Amino acid sequence: MTQRVQSSKKYIVCNADEGDPGAFMDESIMEGNPHALLEGMLIAGYAVGSDEGYIYVRAEYPLAIQRLRTAITQAEQAGLLGDNILGGPFSFHIHIKEGAGAFVCGEETALISSIEGQRGMPRPKPPFPAQAGLWGKPTVVNNVETFANVPRILLNGAEWFRSFGTENSPGTKVFAITGAVANTGLIEVPMGTKLRDVVFKIGGGIRTGKEFKAVQIGGPYGACLTKDHLDLPLDYDSLKSVGAMVGSGGLVVMDESTCMVEVARFFMHFTQKESCGKCVLCREGTKRMLQILEKIVGGRGTLDDLSLLEEVAVAVKDGSLCGLGKTAPNPVLSTLKHFRDEYLAHIVDGVCPAGECESFRSYSIIQEKCKGCGLCARKCPVNAISGEPKTPYIIDNRACVKCGVCAEVCKFDAVAF
Amino acid sequence: MQPSVTIDGVRVPINDARNLLELIRETGIELPTFCYHSELSVYGACRMCIAEIEGRGIQPTCSTPPEDGMVVHTHTEQVMRIRRMALELLLANHHGNCQTCEKNTRCRLQELAQRLGVQTVRFEESDDVLPIDNFNHSLVRDPNKCILCGDCVRMCKEVQGIGVLDFAGRGSGVRVTPAFGKNLNQVECVYCGQCVSVCPTGALTVKSQADEVWTAIYDPNKIVVVQIAPAVRSAIALEYGITSGEQALGKTVTALRRIGFDKVYDTSFTADLTTVEETTEFLGRFAEGKHLPQFTSCCPAWVKFAEQFYPDFLPNLSSCKSPQQMFGSLAKKYLAEQMGAERESIYVVSVMPCTAKKFEAKRPEFRVGDNPDVDAVLSSQELIRMIGEAGLKLAELPPDSMDLPFGFKTGAGVIFGASGGVAEAVLRMASAGSGPGAQATEFHEVRGMEGIKEAYVQLGEKTLRLAVVNGLSNAREVLDKLQSGEAEYDIVEVMACRGGCVGGGGQPLPNDMPAREARKALLYEADAVQPLHNAAENPYIKECYSTILGKPNGTLAHKLLHTHFRSRRRIAGEEVELSESAPIEKIPVSVCVGTNCYLRGSYDTLSRLIDMARTAGIADKLDFKATFCLEKCKASPNVQVGATVYGGVIPDKAEAFFNDTLLPAAKGEPAEEKAEV
Repeated sequence: MTQRVQSSKKYIVCNADEGDPGAFMDESIMEGNPHALLEGMLIAGYAVGSDEGYIYVRAEYPLAIQRLRTAITQAEQAGLLGDNILGGPFSFHIHIKEGAGAFVCGEETALISSIEGQRGMPRPKPPFPAQAGLWGKPTVVNNVETFANVPRILLNGAEWFRSFGTENSPGTKVFAITGAVANTGLIEVPMGTKLRDVVFKIGGGIRTGKEFKAVQIGGPYGACLTKDHLDLPLDYDSLKSVGAMVGSGGLVVMDESTCMVEVARFFMHFTQKESCGKCVLCREGTKRMLQILEKIVGGRGTLDDLSLLEEVAVAVKDGSLCGLGKTAPNPVLSTLKHFRDEYLAHIVDGVCPAGECESFRSYSIIQEKCKGCGLCARKCPVNAISGEPKTPYIIDNRACVKCGVCAEVCKFDAVAF
Repeated sequence: MQPSVTIDGVRVPINDARNLLELIRETGIELPTFCYHSELSVYGACRMCIAEIEGRGIQPTCSTPPEDGMVVHTHTEQVMRIRRMALELLLANHHGNCQTCEKNTRCRLQELAQRLGVQTVRFEESDDVLPIDNFNHSLVRDPNKCILCGDCVRMCKEVQGIGVLDFAGRGSGVRVTPAFGKNLNQVECVYCGQCVSVCPTGALTVKSQADEVWTAIYDPNKIVVVQIAPAVRSAIALEYGITSGEQALGKTVTALRRIGFDKVYDTSFTADLTTVEETTEFLGRFAEGKHLPQFTSCCPAWVKFAEQFYPDFLPNLSSCKSPQQMFGSLAKKYLAEQMGAERESIYVVSVMPCTAKKFEAKRPEFRVGDNPDVDAVLSSQELIRMIGEAGLKLAELPPDSMDLPFGFKTGAGVIFGASGGVAEAVLRMASAGSGPGAQATEFHEVRGMEGIKEAYVQLGEKTLRLAVVNGLSNAREVLDKLQSGEAEYDIVEVMACRGGCVGGGGQPLPNDMPAREARKALLYEADAVQPLHNAAENPYIKECYSTILGKPNGTLAHKLLHTHFRSRRRIAGEEVELSESAPIEKIPVSVCVGTNCYLRGSYDTLSRLIDMARTAGIADKLDFKATFCLEKCKASPNVQVGATVYGGVIPDKAEAFFNDTLLPAAKGEPAEEKAEV
């Protein structure tokens, strides 16, 4: 698209604002093989007729920035970057722009605004960056991994690349697998690898020995997959068919001790904090979804809240301005879809089935185990524990604030919750 | 076949519609919006104008260009659900108090909630209350009512070229605010009030002085005199459905008398006086070729803009006071004399289309002692409210005429209210000559809403090069071109608001371009029906000169009708407290730590002076402050002691300076003068 647009100036922009918590695929490429990225950008510049590129990299990656700078200097010295590359007519310059910490700047139009020195807020599309991007000029925006793949593909041919992966999702993908699995870290797998293989073969299964419950895929804006999806191939189409996305490639594995309502609340807390605040639905919608989720997790939720939560989530998904807003409700919608019973348990039965939500916990002293040392009573911040030394103590549940200190300090595992 | 779009089953030709929203509105469907204004850039944030486009899903129509064959549905179930949810979410976050809100019945949020049937808000109330910015004389900013549509941000940045407001924060902490959470009086706001004109809610409103005016009216010891600006009559006419500006003015005179004003005058009279003074001043400069181009100085927002951003051009501004201030100074002096009253017992009220006029009236240049020339400024909005408070049905009132002499005007004084009016008034006078019966010409080339207009007029043997500018971003463009030599003019009229005063920030809502056009047309009609069109021919102006003022630009005229300007390039009130201030008199010692002074060691000078003061035991007598610029950079580092600025106080000379200047000053002895810049 950018190649076809007539313009005296075009830009190549690399999106290296890897903001998803726990995601560091781009970091590893920039630190490990920065030249692959530079080469990919050069090729893109040559292909579309651009002579200038920007790498927008988050300031929290000082080592990546340092190595990119070194790589740029090396490439320039080798005559592979700069004016008249290899003595030919093609010139290409690459600048590094450090991000200032806003998650939304990973959205391409917000990223462009940020490079221009403006507040990073998404712009409505059209016009697309390919038509009018950086400083109003046609601009190619791609991710680090995409650019880094280009030299290999050119070198080995498209057929080689297509030999990995599936028909519609060729090649490989790097995932960051973390959470309750035995082996955490970066993995590169062919597209279409089954979730089961990723979690149990590569990930080594659940570390705690507990039962697998779900995996959150695609970063904080991603959806949750359950054990019903274990045989789902990880490719674009299959994931889309179940309302999930590859996204940044984050995989958070959860076992049965994880409360899915709390998971939704956790991600909503992140998306709300990182909403740029431009469009009404994302700014206010995430705030209210968070408010309702906090209510449910806090034991004060009602069935009306549940339907309102769903209503807001759908409106935010359908009506938001940018990709972040449109995907922000994903954690809510997918947990509502697959784990509605957990929501209902919180609201109707007044219990957190996973035992994670503190508001639903009740602390008691197991009389048989208690030696009457009195440590818990001394540590209790609200004096809710009483008793005589050398006889079992008692917790007054009306006074208890469920801080859990008693359980932490008890040397005899006599506090049950 | 003509390219067309199908909107709710109706085929509509695209023609030259800029976006789908405008096309939909042309078909008679009033799609709601908060953040769309045809004169501002497309923002796409309020999500109210969404529609379903077949094949593309839900899209905002404001940012979608119409394409041939598009099929659009504007009120599907899904679309309506999203729209209602967006409104409910906004309402949940909005501190209502509708009954007592300034914007009640004129609030877009209220109107749309009604229209779309959002009658319950199911979310929990938020209890965090943000402080209200109420510290300037013109505008009130209530962030609790802000819906973050960004209209004010874009108005200030794009149309006015200033940008005092912007977004800050993330998530639910996002605010529209001046830099660093300051208030408007601490930043470069020129108080034009254009933000008020676009704000859909009560987040930005005009600061009212109506209560002060009522108090003066009820005070039997006050003679309350009112002047009405030219642009107000056209706004009143439209507000009450009166077809002519003169009719509206006549009825307003009756209303003002019934409200209780003792004398009712026309600012158009002093507009004529301004024309005579300003034209005389200009012809003098034009002959000498000095301080050209001459800029008009009637618009207080423009004057503040020039003082802040283009102080180099201040000598080029006409030194004439604005018509409002000319009126104030004449009224306070001569009405008082005529009536045998004290200056303090005359209370001058202005009715203005403008919010910056409130700021202007408070400028220290326009007062004698503690008594201001203009005591209170009401916007057109406030006058309309007062008329309502008094229960007057303005449209049904009989018209009345103004008091003399300050109630008689020529057509030139009336068109002051539209962009190009001041320039045309000057041209009429300058080109008419002084012969009896000389006809004033009309100058259509300077009229109209265009942001920058140019005209070339033959004046004797010379050609007068003239520019007429409205909107401060356009002023920036012209000033930059003048600075670079790209453009050359002899006279430049600048009005801060688009369309001139007819579009002032104090005008009733809607204050959009069509409303401004209609008001402008009424003013030119009012000009046409006046017997005289050249300010110099106003018989009462002539009388004023022969009995009171002497000759135009003469000594007395200068004293009463002219003013001066000052550079506001430096931030004020930003000194950093360094030592605890005690209640008893201390001598203020400000050491500049601006770039120039800092580079020459002012910071060391400062530390040494503080140390020496401590050692000498006089630290309690000196109030040390670090300041940012004393505007004498060539002599840096600078130190100000009391009102005197001393230059060249490099660290090595700190001790000598301390002994020669600070020590005697602290002991109450006169300082040696040698070091003064």
